[in-house]
Amino acid sequence: MKRRDFLKSVSGLAAGAALPAMPQVISSAYADARSETLLIVSEGGPNNLDIHGVGTNVPGYEVSWNCYDRLISHEMKSGPGGVPYYDRDKFKGELAEEFKIDDMSVTFKLRKNAKFHDGTPVTARDVKWSLDRAVSVGGFPTFQMSAGSLTKPEQFVVIDDHTVRVDFLKKDKLTIPDLAVIVPCIVNSELVKKNASEKDPWGLEFTKQQTAGSGAYKVTKWTAGTEVIMERNDDWVCGPLPKIKRVIWRMVPQAGNRRALLERGDADISYELPNKDFQEMKANGKLNVVSLPFSNGIQYIGMNVTKPPFDNPKVRQAVAYALPYQKIMDAVMFGLANPMFGAPKDKATEVAWPQPHKYNTDIEKAKALMAEAGMAGGFETTISFDLNFAGVNEPLCVLVQESLAQIGIKTTINKVPGANWRTELNKKEMPLFTNVFSGWLDYPEYFFYWCYHGNNSVFNTMSYKSAEMDKLIDGARTAAAIGDTATYDKDVKGFVDLAFTDIPRIPLYQPFVNVAMQKNISGYQYWFHRRLDYRAMAKG
Amino acid sequence: MLTMIGKRLMFAIPSLIGVVIVTFLLTRALPGDPAAYFAGPAATKEAVEQIRKKLGLDKPLIEQFFRYTNDLAHGDFGNSLTTGQPVAAEIRNRLPASAELTLLGLIVSVMIAIPLGVLAATRPGSWVDHLCRVTTTAGVSLPVFFTGLVLVYVFYFRLGWSPAPLGRLDVFYSAPPTVTGFYLIDTLIARDLEAFRSALSQLILPATTLAIFSLAPIARMTRASMLAVLSSEFVRTARASGLSPATVIVTYAFRNAMLPVITTLSMVFSFLLGANVLVEKVFAWPGIGSYAVEALISSDFAPVQGFVLTMAVMYVLLNLVIDILYGVIDPRVRLEG
Repeated sequence: MKRRDFLKSVSGLAAGAALPAMPQVISSAYADARSETLLIVSEGGPNNLDIHGVGTNVPGYEVSWNCYDRLISHEMKSGPGGVPYYDRDKFKGELAEEFKIDDMSVTFKLRKNAKFHDGTPVTARDVKWSLDRAVSVGGFPTFQMSAGSLTKPEQFVVIDDHTVRVDFLKKDKLTIPDLAVIVPCIVNSELVKKNASEKDPWGLEFTKQQTAGSGAYKVTKWTAGTEVIMERNDDWVCGPLPKIKRVIWRMVPQAGNRRALLERGDADISYELPNKDFQEMKANGKLNVVSLPFSNGIQYIGMNVTKPPFDNPKVRQAVAYALPYQKIMDAVMFGLANPMFGAPKDKATEVAWPQPHKYNTDIEKAKALMAEAGMAGGFETTISFDLNFAGVNEPLCVLVQESLAQIGIKTTINKVPGANWRTELNKKEMPLFTNVFSGWLDYPEYFFYWCYHGNNSVFNTMSYKSAEMDKLIDGARTAAAIGDTATYDKDVKGFVDLAFTDIPRIPLYQPFVNVAMQKNISGYQYWFHRRLDYRAMAKG
Repeated sequence: MLTMIGKRLMFAIPSLIGVVIVTFLLTRALPGDPAAYFAGPAATKEAVEQIRKKLGLDKPLIEQFFRYTNDLAHGDFGNSLTTGQPVAAEIRNRLPASAELTLLGLIVSVMIAIPLGVLAATRPGSWVDHLCRVTTTAGVSLPVFFTGLVLVYVFYFRLGWSPAPLGRLDVFYSAPPTVTGFYLIDTLIARDLEAFRSALSQLILPATTLAIFSLAPIARMTRASMLAVLSSEFVRTARASGLSPATVIVTYAFRNAMLPVITTLSMVFSFLLGANVLVEKVFAWPGIGSYAVEALISSDFAPVQGFVLTMAVMYVLLNLVIDILYGVIDPRVRLEG
C-alpha cells in the first residue's frame, strides 16, 4: 500500500512530470501482487457461496470446497499422465484428527486447534449442527446426503466437545464416501445462528453472501457474475499452509477472450473452453493443458423405451449399430474423450464402470436389425439436446442425424434451452436425446442405481424398467455393504451385460475435464467434483 | 416548462403500468421451469416441489402478480436466482457500468459522425462524402461482437497495446469509492490517477466498438438534414448577403439541422444501452445488458422484469430530456409547447 500512497502523492503533485516514470513503478507493484495471486478466468461464477443454499450452482461448489472443511477427505494418488488424482478408496482426516469405523457407526475426533475464520474454535456442536442442516434443508444437499443413507439428525451424536459419532441407519458402502463429498461441510453454527431468522432457521440467507467456515480460504469480496476474491486463511490447521495467498476469479463469458488471456499470460488458469481450443493449445505447447476423464461420467444417446418405436430392443440395437462413434470422437471431441464403444468381440465384461460396449458403426447390420424389427421402411422422430452445451451437443446431433438417415430413421433436431432441459427430462417424453451423467461417487452400482433402476429417478431418462436389472443393482448394493465380493462382482457384470444387450441408452464416450494453465502453475489435482482445489496449487 | 414536464410524466404512468403487466405475463409465458432449473441436476420430483414452494411459484398467477406489484411499490424488485442478489441492488450497481460505456461510445461516435456528416453534406460527391458513406456502411454492417473480437484480437492479443478485456478495471486495482458509479469520475474524485488510467484504458476498446456501430445513423442523419437545410432559402439569403461560409454553415445551417439529429441521438442512445449486450459479453463488462440476458437464459423472472422496467423508465426520462432539448434548440417548439 505504501507504494500506492507514494504514487498518489507523486502524481498529485506533479502529474505531468511523474507520468513517464509511472509504468515501471506500476509493473513492479504488479509483479509482487501477481506472484502470490492466482488469476482464474471462467465462463460462469457462483450464485451462492453456500452449497446448502437453494439452487447453488456448480461454480458455487468450488467456493464451498476451498472455504469450508469436511470431517474427512480423500488421499491423493497418481492418476493418468501422472496428474494427482483423488483416491476413491483412501480417506484421511480433515477437521477430524482421527476417525474409527465400527460396525454400525463411525467416530470422529476433531482437531483441538481448528478455528473458524472469526477465531471461534470448531466444536462437536458445530459438526452436529452442520450435518443436521445438510440433511434438513431439502433440495440438493439433502438428496446428496441420502445417497449415503444419511437422512436423520438423530444419526449425528455429540459425545464431548471434540468427539462426534455418526450412526448408520443401515449398512451402506457409500456412507463414508458421502461424508467426504462437498455437501457435509462444517459451518460456524454460532455465527450463522446469530444471523438466522424465524423464516430462515438455518441462516441460508447469511451464508449465501459470505463464507462462515474454517477452510483454507475465505471470500473477501464477491460481485455476482463478475468476480470472486478469496484470501488465504493463515490460521488453517487441517493441512499444510497453501502457497497461494490470494485467488482472483473473474468471469469472462467469451471463450475466445479466455484463450487470449491465457496465451498472453494475463490469466493463470481457465477451463470451460471449446475442445478445439484445448486441442490446439495442447499442440502448440505454450501452456500446460491437463485432460482427465470424468470419473463415472458418460455422454450417451438415450431412447424412451416406453413408447414405439424405441420400445423394441431390435430398433435400439439397430440405432446402436448406426451411430457414427469414431466421427464424433474426431470431429466433435477432437480426441479429448475416452471411447466407450467398439470393444473386441471376445473381451470379457469387467467389474468396472464406465467400460466400452461392443457396438460399432455397421450400417448393414443396423439395416438388417431394422428389417427384423419390421421397420425396414424406417420412421420419423426427433432428437433433443441441451442448448447449454451446444458446443458439443449440436455437431454431435447433426452427425447422428446424418447417420440415422442411412437406415431410414428421419430425425428432426430439437434444441432445448438450458432452463427448460431439466423440465423436459423430468417429463420423460423425449423419444431420442443426448445427455451426460456423471456421479460424484465413483461406484458402478451408484451409477446404475440412478440411471437404470426401476425406481425411475430423473437420470433414468429412458424410463427403463426391468425386474432383472433391479434385482442385480440391489444385489450389488447389498453385497457391497456386507463385503461379499463374489456376489458383488457377479451382479456388477450382470447389470453391465444387461445394459448393453437391452441398450436403452447407448454410451458414446467418457468426456474429459480440460484445464489450461500457465507453465509456472503446479499442483493441479483432479477431484470427483471436477473443480479446482487451490490448497495444493503453487505459482512460480 | 414545469407544467410541460409534469404533463409528460403523467402520460408516462399508464405506459409504465402496461409495461409491468406485460413483462409479468411474458416472463411467466417463457418456456422452462425455474424450480426445476434451480433444484439442480440431481433433484428428485420432491426437491423440485420444495424449491417451487420456496420461490412462491406454487401460488396462482394472480396472487403472484399482486405480491409482485406490492413488492414493487415498496421498491423491492425481488431476488435474482442466478446471481443470488436483490435485483434492485444489482441494477443500481450495473446500470452505471453500462451507462458509462454507452455514453462514452456515443460521445466518440458523435465526435466523428457529426463533423463527417457536415463535411459530407457541404461537399456532396467528393471524397469526404464517399468516405462517410463507406465508413458508416461498414460500421453498421459489421456485427458488434465481431468488431469487438477483431479489436481485442488486434489491439490486445497481437499488439498488446490494450489491457486484458477483463471488465472495468485491471484485476489488481480496487474500485474507487462509489459516488456517481462512473469509474472515470469516481477515480478522479478519489484522486487515484492510476486507477483512472486503468479505467480509461479498459473503456477504449468497448467504447470504440459501440462508436463504430452507431456512426451510421448519426452521420447519415446529419448529412441528410444538413443537405436539406443547405438548399433552403434562408441559407441562400445568408450566402447572398455575403456571410462567410463558416458562419453560414455553423451558425445558420447547423443549428437548424440539429433537430432530427437530436432525435436520432436519443434513439441511438436508448438502443445502445439495451443492445450493448454483445459488447458487454465480449469485454466481460459487468453491465445491465449481459445481466438481463443471463437471467433470460435461466428463466430468472425477477431480473428480467427489473431490467424491462428500468429500461422503460429510462426511455420515458430520455424522451423528456430530448423534448426539453428541442425547446432549447428551436424556440418555435417552446412556443407551441
